Amino acid sequence: MNGLKAYLTRLAVDGLVSGASQLDACLHFDLTFAEVETVLLELGLCPARYQRNRQTVSSAGQLALFRARVVVIGCGGLGGYVIEQLARLGVGRIDAVDPDCFDESNLNRQLLATLANLGQSKAGAAAQRAAEINPVVRVVPHCTAFSAANGRELLSGATVVVDALDNLATRFELVALSRELGIPLVHGAIAGWYGQVATQLAGEDISACLAGAAVGEKGVETRLGNPAFTPALVASLQVAEVCKVILAQAEGARGRMLVCNLLEMEFEEIRL
Amino acid sequence: MQVTVKLFASFRAGRAPIEICSYPAGATVADVVAHKGIPVAEIGIMLINSRHVQLDRELAEGDTLAIFPLLGGG
Repeated sequence: MNGLKAYLTRLAVDGLVSGASQLDACLHFDLTFAEVETVLLELGLCPARYQRNRQTVSSAGQLALFRARVVVIGCGGLGGYVIEQLARLGVGRIDAVDPDCFDESNLNRQLLATLANLGQSKAGAAAQRAAEINPVVRVVPHCTAFSAANGRELLSGATVVVDALDNLATRFELVALSRELGIPLVHGAIAGWYGQVATQLAGEDISACLAGAAVGEKGVETRLGNPAFTPALVASLQVAEVCKVILAQAEGARGRMLVCNLLEMEFEEIRL
Repeated sequence: MQVTVKLFASFRAGRAPIEICSYPAGATVADVVAHKGIPVAEIGIMLINSRHVQLDRELAEGDTLAIFPLLGGG
């Protein structure tokens, strides 16, 4: 191990270690990319792919992101962008949960939907995409719907859960189970020009903000649709919340929900 | 009594985003919703003076009622 540390320190330039140097270290010491990554971050060095993270995320923070496990429930409009950004941010393990396959109606907004992968699994596409972006991120695809039956298993060991669902009944189950297990949850929902984000930290219950006045499965998205820009925005807000939870900087989000109106460029804060 | 009614997002289509309205004593949130022609199935958060309320909540003079649509897409 000391040999590896000396090797990495020698290869670092201004604290940065290039991907090629990291690969050299893997071959030289017969280790995986992820194993070298851990040592590198523990030394306070920075993989060159994160050099633009550096002023925002400390070495210790980057290591916390690498050790984190984020479970993303839903890999559609929100989930696709969420997983993309988590992979670029450097979250070490991402569980991508979605039973569906891409169809043509997804092309207008779902980042991972392409002409080439129509008919293919959304969770599987998320794993493929992450592998193209970041060699140390492991995306585990689960081609299944989150439910009360499999929820505990899916959330087991999660650092944070992301609600990227598209129906209310499952969302309430997810919010309740996350609360019971004490796992922070970052909620997002969209419809037309409008979106909302809230973080449920330990001891909080955001379900009052998610309920409708009537009993139903869907919101106004059934009438308003979902254009490209709303999921991209709301997913970005969610990933910022996930990042802060992992970096222990999320207390400012306690007790608040943000509602976005892109048509009139208005942002409204609601107290939970 | 006079109540300030604030509507958000899609509920502003064809309606005033903020309006001071007069209602008889004892009027509820449901009465405002009916008066504004808002479909109940589309309603999410309802707040009176920034506190969460339900449809059956009675209004008081000077209250501010805010109504948001239910967003459920992902």
